[in-house]
Amino acid sequence: MNNVRIIPRLDIKGPNVVKPVHTEALRVVGNPAEMAEAYYKAGADEIIYLDIVASLYQRNLDFDLLKSVSEKIFVPLTVGGGIRSIHDISNALRAGADKVAINTYAVQHPEFLVEAVQTFGSQCIVLYVEAKRVALGRWEPYTDGGRERTGLDVVAWVKEALSKGVGEILLTSIDRDGTRLGFELDLVQAITSFSPVPVIAHGGAGSVDSVKEVIKNAKADAVAISSIFHYNEVSVKNLKVSLQRADISVRI
Amino acid sequence: MKISPTIGIVDYGVGNLHSAVKAFKQFSDKVIVTEDADDIRAADALVLPGVGAFPTGMQGLKIRGLVEPIRAFSKTGKPMLGICLGAQIMLSKGYEFGMHEGLNLVEGEVVDFSALATGTKIPQIGWNSLAEPAQEVWQNTILDSVASNRDSVYFVHSFIFQPRQPDEALATTEYGGREFCSVFKKNNIYGCQFHPEKSGAVGLKIIENFIHLVS
Repeated sequence: MNNVRIIPRLDIKGPNVVKPVHTEALRVVGNPAEMAEAYYKAGADEIIYLDIVASLYQRNLDFDLLKSVSEKIFVPLTVGGGIRSIHDISNALRAGADKVAINTYAVQHPEFLVEAVQTFGSQCIVLYVEAKRVALGRWEPYTDGGRERTGLDVVAWVKEALSKGVGEILLTSIDRDGTRLGFELDLVQAITSFSPVPVIAHGGAGSVDSVKEVIKNAKADAVAISSIFHYNEVSVKNLKVSLQRADISVRI
Repeated sequence: MKISPTIGIVDYGVGNLHSAVKAFKQFSDKVIVTEDADDIRAADALVLPGVGAFPTGMQGLKIRGLVEPIRAFSKTGKPMLGICLGAQIMLSKGYEFGMHEGLNLVEGEVVDFSALATGTKIPQIGWNSLAEPAQEVWQNTILDSVASNRDSVYFVHSFIFQPRQPDEALATTEYGGREFCSVFKKNNIYGCQFHPEKSGAVGLKIIENFIHLVS
């Protein structure tokens, strides 16, 4: 039996964890290493660490900061932000990442995904998609921390990336990010309906019920959550207990 | 409690080093990361970590001249632990991106998941439990005090190892309706398909048990 994973997500800017709303309007919420350790101890199944301005400013990840974050956690860490080369991925792994999430550079150079997968294995390469609704049932992937349009279609782009071998999809709804309005179920469903690899739904987690919905109705394999964890509206533990009561299999 | 055997963690270019190192450092003060044959010979216990594809891993060992030193180490009876890819390359051959020879420390093959229930996702990414094949088989092994069918560990993989000798399967795991070998043991050579260094308190216990195998 595979458990649904509950994954706190840390958006990193400079030395801080921040919380964007619609991928912008950042607020500082805490220290990355302290928050990661607290989530690990609280029973998080993984941690996501995304430097949300690295691509925009064409910077590399802060590998020292990443190392300090990974130091005290013994669950998987997915790291993204400004990954542009095999060397960047190696450095991220050496700084404690287990998987890397790639958005901007993959859109610009889809073939890079092939090279990354052949070097590190599918399971190491996560496609990060920031999706913005453009019409009913249609979404456009954005890059550079949700700032740049691509002109692509999310479903077509995910299919292309899957053909390059990516092992997991991290799917953010820009429209719901930071709103607590619930997940964008039709977006998640649009991807889980065909994806042969796990899909991590992100953006909009509000009530416990909204998390149940995205798992039961939209078939998310994992759920990434920031606001409601960061602001202590629900704990990892309590969320998992509630999910278990709703017959959703989780690790407790 | 910390003891001080020298734990050699082999750096062959694609490893998940920082994660493994920091986990082993919880239990030993002498954890060295090395791609040097002399260090491998001198180690009290050897770890092959792993993130990556089978051919890349073997190539990484070959270009560093580490295939023979690792094979020689495996014959000393000192504890060895392969993690994920590091465990897979301990088998005779693998079929990821074509057929490739492995270290052949354990007879068998590394194959993709097949015949899984419809809709099962590959890779398996997530927490899953370990089953003890018979009572008390885990005593005095790296799985000592792990709760069979209850404690979960973290898997990330598209391929599985299949040791030829059934009794070399120390633990099995079920995924998508298929049971597969998730830990092998041949004498003092262990391989875990999951990542103990990423499996929270249960994983750390497995690592501690491994270090205590050093006599």
